[in-house]
Amino acid sequence: MSLLERIRAARDGGNVQAAVDIIPYARFLGLTAELDGEGRLLCTLPPRPGLVGSPETGALHGGVVGAFLETVGGLEVLWRRESDVIPRTINITIDYLRAGGPAPTRATGIITKLGRRVANVRVEAWQENPEKPIAHGHIHLLLG
Amino acid sequence: MVMALFQDSFDIPAGELVSRLLGRIPHCEELGIVVESFEPPRLTMRLPYREILVADTETGVLHGGAVTTLVDTTAGMIAMAAVRPANSVATLDLRLDYLRPGLKGRDILCAAEVYHVTRTIVFVRANALQAEDGREIASALGTFMITERPRERAS
Repeated sequence: MSLLERIRAARDGGNVQAAVDIIPYARFLGLTAELDGEGRLLCTLPPRPGLVGSPETGALHGGVVGAFLETVGGLEVLWRRESDVIPRTINITIDYLRAGGPAPTRATGIITKLGRRVANVRVEAWQENPEKPIAHGHIHLLLG
Repeated sequence: MVMALFQDSFDIPAGELVSRLLGRIPHCEELGIVVESFEPPRLTMRLPYREILVADTETGVLHGGAVTTLVDTTAGMIAMAAVRPANSVATLDLRLDYLRPGLKGRDILCAAEVYHVTRTIVFVRANALQAEDGREIASALGTFMITERPRERAS
């Protein structure tokens, strides 16, 4: 089965995790995904020692946080849009708000504009409290 | 990322500091990130290509997230090395433009340079290149906050 066929099968079956597992890097991070009560894509990055960037504080590596935001943004577009093209990131801006501790990190993306060729997505990541995000990102994705 | 220093690091040369710090970051060890060269004000680090880091199994191109981690690490290290007396820094923001995909089987280098330092902020420019042919795959700007006051002032 081709990549696109696998993505379509995941989407048609409503299996978000299957869509995530198609991406080797997302599997490496250990990313999981589900649909929340309102049918929105909610992703979780479980903590593990290998994702730590600061041995003194145990904080998540900033690169991992950025990578998580980027992956969630891409997934949101992939999931929402019935398309034959895999969205590609044009650029990403990451604001780091707080250090991420050794706890599950969650993120959701909001597509602020879905154009014909470009999608704008805003992604927010938090740990215990959604009111206290640890990072947010603005992402432009090329759709074809 | 947050770059914290160890207690004895206040007087050691920046180059040695970079190598020692890198060796203590679990995620960098997991990715196999190494220092390629350190010629102040420029620091270059390498991310070896690995199949687990790809975005898509059909093309084998690297996921942008892996590039982000290499850039954040390199930029954070050079930001930290630029602060004298030595101190810790934390990423405030990072912006990456992806110019080309990182091709299958090719390692990536990131070269970062500090272009301005204030009392509280370090401004860094970075580029990610394909190691083999030097083709630029990403261009980035990062700002880092100096997280603690130098020791002298605290005492």
